[in-house]
Amino acid sequence: MADSESRKVIELGYGGNERLVMNMGPQHPSAHGVFRAILTLEGETVVAVDAVIGYLHRCHEKLGEMLTYVQYPTIASKTDYVAAMTAELAYVTAVEKVASFEVPKRAQYLRVIVAELQRIASHCLWLGTWCLDMGGALGGGATVFLYCIRERELILDLFESLTGARLLYGFHQVGGTRYDIPPGWAQTCRETIALIEQRLDEYEAMLEDNAFFLVRTQGVGVISATLAQEVGVSGPLARGSGIDFDLRRAEPYSSYQDFDFKVPVETAGDCYARYRVRMVEFRESIKIVRQALDGLPEGPISSRPGVKSVGQVRVPKGEGYARVEGARGEIGFYIVADGGPKPYRMKVRGASFSNLAILPHIIPGCKVADVVAIMGSVDPVFGEVDR
Amino acid sequence: MKIAFDVAAARLEQHLGLTPTVAGALVTLDVPVDRWHAAARIAHDAIGCLYFSWLSAIDWKEQGFEVVCRVENLESRVALMLRTKLGAGNVHCPTLTDVWKGADWMERECYDMFGVVFDGHPDLRRILLGQDWPAGHPLRKDFVDADYSPYR
Repeated sequence: MADSESRKVIELGYGGNERLVMNMGPQHPSAHGVFRAILTLEGETVVAVDAVIGYLHRCHEKLGEMLTYVQYPTIASKTDYVAAMTAELAYVTAVEKVASFEVPKRAQYLRVIVAELQRIASHCLWLGTWCLDMGGALGGGATVFLYCIRERELILDLFESLTGARLLYGFHQVGGTRYDIPPGWAQTCRETIALIEQRLDEYEAMLEDNAFFLVRTQGVGVISATLAQEVGVSGPLARGSGIDFDLRRAEPYSSYQDFDFKVPVETAGDCYARYRVRMVEFRESIKIVRQALDGLPEGPISSRPGVKSVGQVRVPKGEGYARVEGARGEIGFYIVADGGPKPYRMKVRGASFSNLAILPHIIPGCKVADVVAIMGSVDPVFGEVDR
Repeated sequence: MKIAFDVAAARLEQHLGLTPTVAGALVTLDVPVDRWHAAARIAHDAIGCLYFSWLSAIDWKEQGFEVVCRVENLESRVALMLRTKLGAGNVHCPTLTDVWKGADWMERECYDMFGVVFDGHPDLRRILLGQDWPAGHPLRKDFVDADYSPYR
């Protein structure tokens, strides 16, 4: 560990002005993964933060160069394991872009359905864990957590009946999807999202009528629009800071142009604004799923033959970057292809990596307790940060 | 700042004397390494590419490293891909941390994975691998993990 500015100032004393270095993590319950923040404190105020990441590093980019285009999608889901569907989707979209593969309309709609269900499931987990972080102030912090997990389970059940897996799916493949929806699935899906939609009102009533919740989130962790862009944050964080940027609308992929939905934008830039953005996104995702189920076209689910060997997808020489709007923001894959069955170079742009990079810019000046609220509002998934 | 594609391309040409390629919504510009920082400054100030998407490198084996950086003007949806070839044997590249704050962690990652040294970076140390990682830079093409055996 090299010395950094924040670690040099260790002055012990009792005069009231002393600085204290506090280690938060790597196994801190509020970190949502393995993350270590070395906080330099003056009393209760944080004056510097050194973020240490990499505990979950598996070198996905090297794996991407070692595995073929057929093999990698199931690994891509492990970058962001809380929203595996969108991570896979980003990879196959990039391969299809570089190789100019067509995707049948039905597969595109299926992709939209699972991506939006995944967004709902991911936001459920975010809301639950964030409220758990802020603890007893919310009237027994585990209440919201258990409610949210209950709803997330319903979506995982849907994914289980669709793919056989509950967390990492392998649903997408280059050229389409691997599975079609089973009989009766659409009806179960409609019932599930109707139930979740109704319960969202309950969460909002629980939280927004709670003075403690408002005090802990409003005006805390403010990100300005310029700072957000220069650091490269995307997704709900950027939209909470007044940046009207949603890839589903800016660069529609997978037929998103067919659906009618709003992109919520809040200007305050604080934790509460990010909370509001995500609460609206819940409802917009539900709207999109309904529209996609209504308009689901008939036809094949893949433009490519079934997988018989790992090397059967070959991508002509070229390069390209494709990205999708994940639950946390811009997930992108940059692929340099050399004509073989594996990419020459693959770069993963994880949304959480850039989102987490905002912390050293907004935490100094906050109270220690706010660090937890800010971390939770950033919603990092460390599989995606460390890759 | 609102700006059209052709205006963006023309400004790059006017300030740098380099001709970008425009493909759809993407403007790609190959920059010599000594103009890397200047090109970034123009992308930020004259084209309004405030959004820093990512920065990484490609190892072209004996031809050396190429550093790639993607930035964007979100208001007018102009995406700019800056590329520079460092040349065979050269691992030094000017830093962009004073132009975009997001370059800080991305350049640290690039240093970690490729060993590209970003001159002027305020805190260039490993980020994803441990500080005591002994064995070089894993995304270089000559880095081979002897223990890797996927099929057992």
